[in-house]
Amino acid sequence: MADTITLDVARYGPETDSEPSFQSYEVPCREDWVVLDALNYVKDQLDGSLTYRWSCRMGVCGSCGMMVDGQPKLTCAVPLSDYAPGPVRIEPLQFFPVVRDLVVDINDFLEKLRKVQPWIVRDEEKPIAEGEYRQTPAQLEAYKQFSMCINCMLCYAACPVVGLEEEFTGPAAIALAQRYNLDSRDQGAAQRMETLDEHDGMWGCTFVGECTKVCPKNVDPAGAIQLYKVASATNWFKSMLLPWGSK
Amino acid sequence: MARNPTPLMWTLFGAGGMLSALLFPIHIFLLGLAFPLGWLEGPSYESLHALVTHPITRLYLFAFISLPLFHWAHRFRYTINDLFQLKQGTGIVAGICYGAALVGTFTAAYTLWTLS
Amino acid sequence: MGFEVSDGTHDAGRPRLYRRPMPLGWWLQNGAYFRFVVRELTCVFVGLFAVLSLWQVRALGQGAEEYARFVERLGAPAFAALSGVTLVAVLYHAVTFLNLTPTIVVIRIGQQRVPGWAIAGAHYAAAVVLSGVVAWILLQG
Repeated sequence: MADTITLDVARYGPETDSEPSFQSYEVPCREDWVVLDALNYVKDQLDGSLTYRWSCRMGVCGSCGMMVDGQPKLTCAVPLSDYAPGPVRIEPLQFFPVVRDLVVDINDFLEKLRKVQPWIVRDEEKPIAEGEYRQTPAQLEAYKQFSMCINCMLCYAACPVVGLEEEFTGPAAIALAQRYNLDSRDQGAAQRMETLDEHDGMWGCTFVGECTKVCPKNVDPAGAIQLYKVASATNWFKSMLLPWGSK
Repeated sequence: MARNPTPLMWTLFGAGGMLSALLFPIHIFLLGLAFPLGWLEGPSYESLHALVTHPITRLYLFAFISLPLFHWAHRFRYTINDLFQLKQGTGIVAGICYGAALVGTFTAAYTLWTLS
Repeated sequence: MGFEVSDGTHDAGRPRLYRRPMPLGWWLQNGAYFRFVVRELTCVFVGLFAVLSLWQVRALGQGAEEYARFVERLGAPAFAALSGVTLVAVLYHAVTFLNLTPTIVVIRIGQQRVPGWAIAGAHYAAAVVLSGVVAWILLQG
């Protein structure tokens, strides 16, 4: 293995640039390094102006997602040596507006997330005196997989429909909607369905399946969206066949 | 019918996709290749005619033609939108695709109903 | 193809965002996207064969002579080539479609979710059995 590896890093300065360009950095290619370590090396030793997000370095915070050689990755979770001998291309997450260098604007994502109400919705809260909402292990199991999402947005960067269809709610938000729908304590499924069913909230999804492949937490957003479609279709037939029974 | 018809179209798309995945390959192989090219001896006109005029076969062929047409319509509609990045005119594309599938469905119903 | 930079003049305090336009050939840049678009385009052949089947039923209703002419047309080299392409496309459709069944069909036995390979396998088995039935019926006469 070579001792060093070249990083081709996308740079964009909103004050001076009209479009991003690439800058190359030669960094040590250490066996125990992940791609994020190489970026930190650049920041600390070579070029303090390089801007990117990161925090936990252990695949929990979900902030260091970037395109590594064209694939969305958590840079804290991919060994640098996987890309030897290089060069390796580092770009901001695809389909997001770029703020600076490798930092993307996530406001649109946050707005979509808010719209699906990813929290427990109750028709009526029960009084605190009656204690907590209890759940069996089986009830937990029903939604646990979808609750593992860390909002890293790799699935958005993997999904061409996100890039094509502004209205599309996107994989993670739909999977989180499903996570709360499947929660025995929640009563908000009908409200969420209204948000997703109309327009292209979820129907823009054409089951490319890349979201599930890139998910670092095995959430399977593609599966969640398809189950959502099944639920919507079931609702549709119910309201057609039993018009008096809906609502 | 005030509701968004997309869930219905998606269901027909799925049903047609499943039907064509399970049954189309053997039909194409036998009726499109093996019989016309003489690789295998196909049924005589009389026995094929007797088979197809049976009510169950008529129903089978109705589903066999109609559902895959809706599969095509739904999938093709989204493919056109995505490949050409349509912002306007998606409604027209949808109308043409689903409309064609409907015309095909009515033609199939009429043809199979009047087949003698 | 130009690049668009959002106009930040309305809010001088906020940075200009760079938005990369979706390239027209987005599906050619990535193997997975390409396979996806090929999968989606197989629907054209699915629709084509449905129309062909309708045509065949019509020919069957027009008498033995007309039907013989129809079959002869199917055997012409150009038509046979089209059928060959259709078969390949439909097989690709079938494999991609049946491989996705485990995400849609969720069956639980007790606490356990039936594994994906079993669900996909059951669909493949159904395809084989149904194909056998169709072949048996058609090869009898």
